[in-house]
Amino acid sequence: MENLVARIGECVERGKVNKSSPYPNDMQGQEGTDELTRQALDAGVGPDEILQACNDGMKRIGDRFSRNEVFVPELLMSAKAMNAVMAHLKPYFQTGTVKAKGRFVIGTVAGDLHDIGKNLVAMVVEGNGWEVVDLGVDVKPVRFVDAVKQNPGCTVGLSALLTTTMVNMSKTVSEIKAQFPGTKVIVGGAPLSQKAADKMGADGYAPNPQGVVAFLDGGVQK
Amino acid sequence: MNSLLGALKSGKVLVSDGAWGTMLQERGLQPGECPELWNVTHRSDVFKVAKGYADAGADMILTNSFGGSPIKLAHYDLEGRAAELNEAAAAISREAAGSSRFVLGSIGPTGEMLMMGQVREEAVYDGFRVQAAALKNGGVDAIIVETMSAIDEAAIAIRAAKDATGLEVICTFTFDRTVTGEYRTMMGVSPAEMVKAVKDAGASIIGANCGNGFDQMIDVVRVIRKADPSTPLLVHANAGLPVVEDGKLIYTETPEMVAVKARRLAESGANIIGGCCGTTPEHIRALVKELKTA
Repeated sequence: MENLVARIGECVERGKVNKSSPYPNDMQGQEGTDELTRQALDAGVGPDEILQACNDGMKRIGDRFSRNEVFVPELLMSAKAMNAVMAHLKPYFQTGTVKAKGRFVIGTVAGDLHDIGKNLVAMVVEGNGWEVVDLGVDVKPVRFVDAVKQNPGCTVGLSALLTTTMVNMSKTVSEIKAQFPGTKVIVGGAPLSQKAADKMGADGYAPNPQGVVAFLDGGVQK
Repeated sequence: MNSLLGALKSGKVLVSDGAWGTMLQERGLQPGECPELWNVTHRSDVFKVAKGYADAGADMILTNSFGGSPIKLAHYDLEGRAAELNEAAAAISREAAGSSRFVLGSIGPTGEMLMMGQVREEAVYDGFRVQAAALKNGGVDAIIVETMSAIDEAAIAIRAAKDATGLEVICTFTFDRTVTGEYRTMMGVSPAEMVKAVKDAGASIIGANCGNGFDQMIDVVRVIRKADPSTPLLVHANAGLPVVEDGKLIYTETPEMVAVKARRLAESGANIIGGCCGTTPEHIRALVKELKTA
């Protein structure tokens, strides 16, 4: 049983989704998170235990990503493997058997249509046990404010890829802070830096998804 | 049709243009608006950006068509107008450039990832073909496939551009510095891998664009030159990383700063030097002054 759980964690780290997935090369033909999660649940393994193994797997790949040992493709495949686990665990979240660590609202700011970075962060954060509310791309400040209203106690993540939309990011931070001073906001994206984040009054800056997880797990957990 | 490769044979460093997105933004392009639509709705503003770079002395002008692939235009429900918008982009830059300067038709990434199965390879190829053909119809001398991070998409874009136009194709990737001090794209592609892949696909000029400013670009050029000492190399560097001050975007590298660094870029092996995000006609004027004299 323990072996099954460990294998799920390993498949998350390696990005092994299911038996028919050709990725990664050296695991072709082997079962992935999809099959193994089903088997584990059928064998009576608790969803909490499975989730913990996934969190550990995501943390390992996230750390390797932070160290630039792997890149976006590897992280995306891990997130995909994680999503396959979540599909099986969803009913347990809905019934409250498993509880998320908290709620994270994320979106790419107004004027910016780029979703790769935002999706990566959303997937990794979710894979680490947070409930994610994804507002999509080109999200106007008022929609972020509304989302905070609807999700009390949430933390907000803002993404931008275009340098030109950093101004909107700054505006979004201000508008959220004006109405909800206690709400924590973390920003990220290619043109961002700690300095830029500080200037716009954000509570945090993360250069990579694992940095967002560290911020969430470290500071804002209620 | 002017040959860029021919012009490089003299060994002189050529100067390319600067940013488009940030310049159009200054002219009132709103976040969330489709920049390529401006080629028909705000033709004179787009023309003034192109003309600004021509007047600054750039040897070549790009086109306002970075996001002009049908896949990208579909975000604005404009995919059906891809040919029209790209042709207009090329015509505007051609008019500004006259016949003595080159016009390079800009093609940027679709924003979709092939490896994740978000989009089919054939759809990407067909889209880039439409875009490249329209740019040629509008009068470009060469195609520049830029800001790439994935080998597969870049190779498809180069092939599509070659097949559709027969023109010279330039391809530039965007590299970041890793914690170990190497350079990789966000997809993990190294400069050496980029060089081999884009040349195999048919590009005759290679290079890098965007990124963290002129300093890192000097490093990137050195790394590319280690992998490939001779293929003509183009760079478009950002004017540093921006910060937001009083609701305005401020780029940290001034024209004077980048002029000095451009000299070092040339010494490191760059053959064509221009700017990316945050650079202005003033930056290009400074580059021309630095690189064309002495």
